Formats: sequence, structure tokens, C-alpha cells
Amino acid sequence: MSLIMPLPEQAILARREELLARLRAILPAANVIADETARRAYECDALVMYRALPLVVALPETVAQVSAIMALAQEMNVKVVPRGAGTSLSGGALPLEDGILLGMAKFNRILEVDFENRCARVQPGVQNLAISKAVEYAGFYYAPDPSSQIACTIGGNVGENAGGVHCLKYGLTTNNILGLEVVLMGGEALRLGGKHLDSELYDLMGLMTGSEGLLGVVTEVTVRLLQKPVSARGLLLAFPTVEAGARCVGAIIARGIIPGGLEMMDAATIGAVENFQPCGYPLDAGAIVIVELDGTPAEVDHLVAVVESIAREEGATQTRISQNEAERLRFWAGRKNAFPAVSCIGPDYLCMDGTIPRGRLPEVLTRMDGLAKFHGLRVANVFHAGDGNLHPLILYDASKEGDIERAEKLGADILRLCVEVGGVLTGEHGVGVEKRDLMGEMFDEIDLAQQQRVKCAFDPQHRLNPGKVFPTLHRCAELGMMHVQSGKLPFPELPRF
Amino acid sequence: MRLTPRDEKDVAEAIRTALAHDAPLSIEGHGSKAGLGRATQRDRVLSLAALTGVTLYEPQELVLTARAGTPLREIVALLDAQNQQLAFEPMDHAALLGGARDDATIGGVIATNASGPRRIKAGAARDHLLGFRSVTGRGEIVKSGGRVMKNVTGYDLSKLVAGSYGTLAALTELTLKVLPKAETEETLLLSSLGAEKGLAALRKASGSPYEVSSLAYDPQADAAALRLEGPQISVTTRRDDLTRFLADFGGATRVLAADESRAFWSRLRDAEPIAGEGVIWRVSLAPTDGFAFVERLRGAGAPIVAHVYDWAGGLVWLRLETAADAHATAIRAIVDALGGHATLIGADADIRARVDVFHPQPAALAALTRRVKEAFDPRFILERGRLRAEF
Repeated sequence: MSLIMPLPEQAILARREELLARLRAILPAANVIADETARRAYECDALVMYRALPLVVALPETVAQVSAIMALAQEMNVKVVPRGAGTSLSGGALPLEDGILLGMAKFNRILEVDFENRCARVQPGVQNLAISKAVEYAGFYYAPDPSSQIACTIGGNVGENAGGVHCLKYGLTTNNILGLEVVLMGGEALRLGGKHLDSELYDLMGLMTGSEGLLGVVTEVTVRLLQKPVSARGLLLAFPTVEAGARCVGAIIARGIIPGGLEMMDAATIGAVENFQPCGYPLDAGAIVIVELDGTPAEVDHLVAVVESIAREEGATQTRISQNEAERLRFWAGRKNAFPAVSCIGPDYLCMDGTIPRGRLPEVLTRMDGLAKFHGLRVANVFHAGDGNLHPLILYDASKEGDIERAEKLGADILRLCVEVGGVLTGEHGVGVEKRDLMGEMFDEIDLAQQQRVKCAFDPQHRLNPGKVFPTLHRCAELGMMHVQSGKLPFPELPRF
Repeated sequence: MRLTPRDEKDVAEAIRTALAHDAPLSIEGHGSKAGLGRATQRDRVLSLAALTGVTLYEPQELVLTARAGTPLREIVALLDAQNQQLAFEPMDHAALLGGARDDATIGGVIATNASGPRRIKAGAARDHLLGFRSVTGRGEIVKSGGRVMKNVTGYDLSKLVAGSYGTLAALTELTLKVLPKAETEETLLLSSLGAEKGLAALRKASGSPYEVSSLAYDPQADAAALRLEGPQISVTTRRDDLTRFLADFGGATRVLAADESRAFWSRLRDAEPIAGEGVIWRVSLAPTDGFAFVERLRGAGAPIVAHVYDWAGGLVWLRLETAADAHATAIRAIVDALGGHATLIGADADIRARVDVFHPQPAALAALTRRVKEAFDPRFILERGRLRAEF
């Protein structure tokens, strides 16, 4: 593991017994996990290559308990790492050996469903899919659908600004929440937003979303509910090359169509999927594109015909249109299984997550191929083709000497390439610890300092999830310094432009 | 004094100079929104009107980048030629605040988060800002976000600057998500239902699967309006389905064809139905609370001259007779009981200097808001006093 985390603070380790005693005064004894074996269950999130044993795991059940724990942590100068279901793929919930791991799993209730205002108030530990399940009887759902939606929690979704295949048309988490309750470092609970739209001053709810647990602990979320479309149909389009598939995606959008889902897989992934659980994908295709169109039946039928004709114009070798719900789900089955399927063709894989301007896709794929060859590894590709979010899966073998390091280096090279062509380091997984040291590829020192000043406004001592997102930790005092060199400025009263 | 920088470096120099002399700056594009917010001195203006030009437009990528002073009408025309649009429908404040119509800049639109009736479906300006370049109140050039739709790299500062009225940073360049224009639109009008029933019909429709993109109720005309957008074949079938879906409410039904529909929503977007003499308020609430809010306000004796409901009742525009406190106490007491926020949009400068224009916040939130301001602008150089008297 090449990751460098800040060294544990000895002064905090020395006060562990005191911390445990004071946590037990706040929480029922069973909710303070001190035993090493039990703590092992929390030593990593879904980025399993990085592990650390938390100092203690605390499992609050009420907002008052969260506040008390945060106040205690502030007073004792102890770090806190919030955690939902632990499905983060970027190490956002990686524990600290000198920190409290704050598990929010017991916040698992749906507090209110309000169909008239099209929203629901839920606790952060509620699973993403559970929200849709709870409202589907009335024809509603919650739109953002990350692949991990069966396990990941809404609190974690807010922390990471999670997306999913629906987000091209329906937006990310940030576009689908109305309100938050958060507890700041120090214990203050705040409500941001509510059932109404827009904020009275600064949009702190928008800022909190995707802040990776560095600004506050989410204790309640008000989500928007959408009515399910009356009908949805899928198209499975096969192309001889990834380039042809990418051109088709561009042509669909250029025609003014924003599909509910628009996904692409390369030949390596198609092969892996068919090997894992056959669902009828053409094995001779260089790429397949799955398009989902939703709305009223008349509109969907009309758009299906338009998309099919675009696909033919762009050289599709096969176009299949779902004739019923079972067939539509079959088209998606392979895409949904892509990650486990790829894990069957190589012992280990590293899932990267970069976004690029869609038009650069062919160039990026060619160069990615070159990078993979250079590092002596293979890459399988699954894309959210509509929005340019790539998930290159780097295949490696952890039991082979040097393979992990090679995979990490290739991953970093791929992300640098994404930034170079105008994209970003992460589309939906977050920076976490995984991409922390690459932040300088996208931002200069001043940009990063400004982001850290925002952190200081929430958490001046950097006690909340430190060591994540930012490559170097600055003290808030030094970030606050101003360099105004008034002597060097000419007479200011005259307009000089 | 008026500074008109030519480029971002000039902006940075102007702000650093202002810092060195503790001389606060107001930021302006074409000045169409100068009347919004708390009234401030505005005797030293940093004009971004010369920072113009679309620097990137890729219709296939659904992305456009423009310098902050670019006139909105230029961007709209450019998008129009590709059959695209800013889906959040930036509102034009001319009807409420005076001044020329169609005179906004894109920087002003984003800095005030100016959005329209499609907000309920397409989101606000903040939802369409992918990234930006700016000069903070520290005089530093800072960028954030990017040009791609899916991006969670670092804090989403775009959300913070959208609607910040220039108090954090002078925006110099903005990257926006653009979307295809709908092929056509129609508006279903239900008349003679009365406000309570009319708003209930809107809420029912907003939870229907017919993708109603805007929902408003105009009490003056006693008409509930529902906008449908999309391919003609889809609009036609959805309109018929929706009419049946709402048949139980009764009332007279009329359909506005595309041109009439566009004119209707553009008038509503700009709050024209309530424009005129008096004080203007914009109140954001849960849709079920809109009607109750107006009833309670009437019950409290507030002299409402005109009002209109947008967002299925979630947004109430009001014009009241002028008063020394602009009726802030009465309005805010009711909003606080219901949950939401009320903003004083139109009033004389002396009222806007005395009354809290933006909704007051609980102490902990107010303190955090101030710390966020200080993180960008510790000396309160930018738009001092525009949001709050204390910063």
C-alpha cells in the first residue's frame, strides 16, 4: 500500500480509556465497540486495499447522541470518521487509528412520506433502494440509483453526491434532495432547506452534498420523490468498434434526446458478462450501447424509432428493441453484473472513475490502451456513455509481486489523462484517499487553499474525516493569512483599465 | 467610481487594490439586478461588462462556457440556433425592478440564482452551473468544478457561488449545462376552481406521470396552468391523459397552443402578474403551504394587492401596499411557523437598508454563513452589506 496517512497522535492513543468511558456515558454499552475483533469489521470500506483499525467504533441512535459525541470529540481533540454502509469506493470511510468511527447504520428509519409535496424525510442509514421500495406502491421512486443502491445508504449518497444510470436525465443526489439536518464538529445541529426549494442565503446544502464527510455529519435527509414513468423500453445496440458506439451516443444527444439511461460496454466487458451469466449480448461486437427511453407509451414508441434509425445511420450491426418488461430487464442484467463478471476474468480489479468530455472518448480509449500495455496490465471498460463517466476496470493479481503498485500507477495515469482532455478525477466515487494525491492535477495551490478555507469554516481543527480529499493538510491559521502588498499597487482611486 | 476591467487579471488587481485600501466594491454586469438585496452604498462599482464572449460551446456535449459579462440574450440566441436552451429559464427582473428588458448578463443570472417556472422539474440556475472561474474577496483567482456533468472532485463550490450575489467572489467565467429545447409545448388551463381547489389540482398533477414541467395558479384570472413539453405526439397524448386525470376537479378547460403557452410562462417567469406599485415579496414554501400562507397573511390584516402561485404553490409572489417595514414581521412570522423563506424583492432603497431583505437564520446557521463569507472574503470587500448588515 503506497498510501500515506497522517501518523496517529500518541496523545490521543494515550487517552483511549478516558474516551471509551466518556462514550459509554453517552451511548448504551453495546453501541461502543472497543474490542479488537469487533472493530476489524470496520477496518475498511469497499476500497479494500487500504485498511486501518479504528480507535473505537461508536454507533449513535439519536441526533442528541451524535451531537454529544461530536462535542466530546471536539473537546478531547479526537478525530471522527463518519460511515454509512461502507460502500465507498474511494476510501472515504477509511478509519483512523486515532479516531472515532461514527457508524450511522442505526439511523435506519423513514420518518415521513409526503406525496403531496413529493418528498420523504429519511434517516441517513436508510438504503437508497429502500426509499424507492417504500413509495413504489403509490407509483413514486427516488431517482439517483448508484450500482450499490441495494446496500449504500442515503447519508453516504449525500456525502459522495452519488449518481447512477438515471442521472443523465434525472440528475445526481445534489439535484434530488430538498433538505438536510447536519451536526457540525462541536455538536451543533443545523437544518438546511426543508420541503421548500432553494436556500435563503448561501446554498450550504449544495456545498455539503459531495463533501465526503469533511464538513458535517448528516442526520436527516429530505429527498425528492418522482412519479415513475408510465412506460420504459430498452434498445440494445451493437457496434463494430467503441468509436462507432461513441458516435451514436453523440448523435442521439445531438438530436435532442436525453434518454433515461445510456450505457456502453467494450468487448472485454461483454465477454466477461457473457461468461459470468449469459444474457444474450453479441460476442462479436466491439461495443454495445444500451439505451433506455421512458415516458408515455406514445412518446417512447416515437423515440425508440428515432434512436433505432440513428443507430443504423451510425453503423450498428445489430439493433434490438425490448418488446416487454422482461426483455428490457434482460438488456440491463449484463450491465448490472458487469463488475462481478469482470472479477471472474482476473483475480482482482481496481475500479477507476473519471469523467471526460464525451467527444474525446475514442482518443481516450486508444491512449488508455497504450497506458495499459505500458504497465503490463489489462483494462475492461464500462461507461456511463451519456455523461462521459468512465469506469475502467484495471485487472491485476494481488498475489503477484508488484501488481498492486502497477495497477495504482496505471489508475493514476488514466485519471491524469481524463483531466488532460478536459475531464475530472472522479465522476461519482469521490476523491477519498484514493485520488487525494492527484488533486493537484486539477487544481492549483490557490484553488485547494480556498477549498480548505471552506473546511475551516466548518471544522477549524480539522477533526472531521481528516486525511481525505486534500493532499496536504494546512492549519486554518496559515490558510487565513492574506498577502496584500499595498505598497506595490499604484494609486487606486483612478480607473486604470 | 467605476472600474471596468478588461480581463480576469484586471479583476484580481482591482480587488487587491480595494483590499489594500479597505474600499468595498459592488459588482455589476449591466446593473439589471442592482435593486436586489439590501441597499448598499454602491459608490465603487466593479463592472464586469467588458468580460464578454462565449469561450466554448459544444452542443453535442451539452456544455457552454461564457465570460461573466456576456449578455444573456447572446447566449440564448446562440443556443437557439442549435435548438438548445438554458433549461432553468432565467427570470428577467425588469418588470419588477424597472430598467430595460433582456438586459441581464450570465454572471448576474448565476449570482442571483435567477430561475423560472420550470424550476420544479429542471432545477434552478445552481443545478446547471458545472464550474466557474472567479476572483475571491482575497484577490485570488480561484476556479472550481469543471465542464463535465458528473464531477465530485473537491467541494461543489458552484452551489455556493450560485445565488451568493457576488459576496464571495467576482465570477469571471461560467460553465453551464445546456439542454435540448422541447419540440413543442402546450398549456392546459383550468378555470373557475378557486385558489384552494386550483392548487390542489396542481399538486395532484405534479405527482402524476404526465411530466408537467410547470404548474402555476393565478388568482386574478382564477386559472390553474399546467405546462406540457416534448415531442408533439407526446404532448397531445399527455394533455388528453392529464385532462382526464384532473376531470374530478371540474372547472372550465382550455388549451394554450405553443406560442400562447410560451407567452404565458414568460410573463409568469418575470412575475409580471404582480408587477406594480408597492412592495414585492418572493416566498418559498412547501407546495401544500402556499394557500395557507396567503390566507394567514390576509387574516393578519396585510394589504395584499396582487399575488400569484408558482411551483404548484411552493412559490408565492406577492405585492403589498408600501409600509415602513414592508410587512416583514407579519410575513416572516407566518413563514417561520410553516417552514420556508421570504425575500423582499422590490422596495425603496431606504426600506431595503432597514429591513432584512433575506430571511433571518437561526444563530448557529447565521454564524456558519458568516464564517463561509469570511473564508472567501475576510475583509468584506465584495458587496459589503448586500446580504446582511453585518457583512
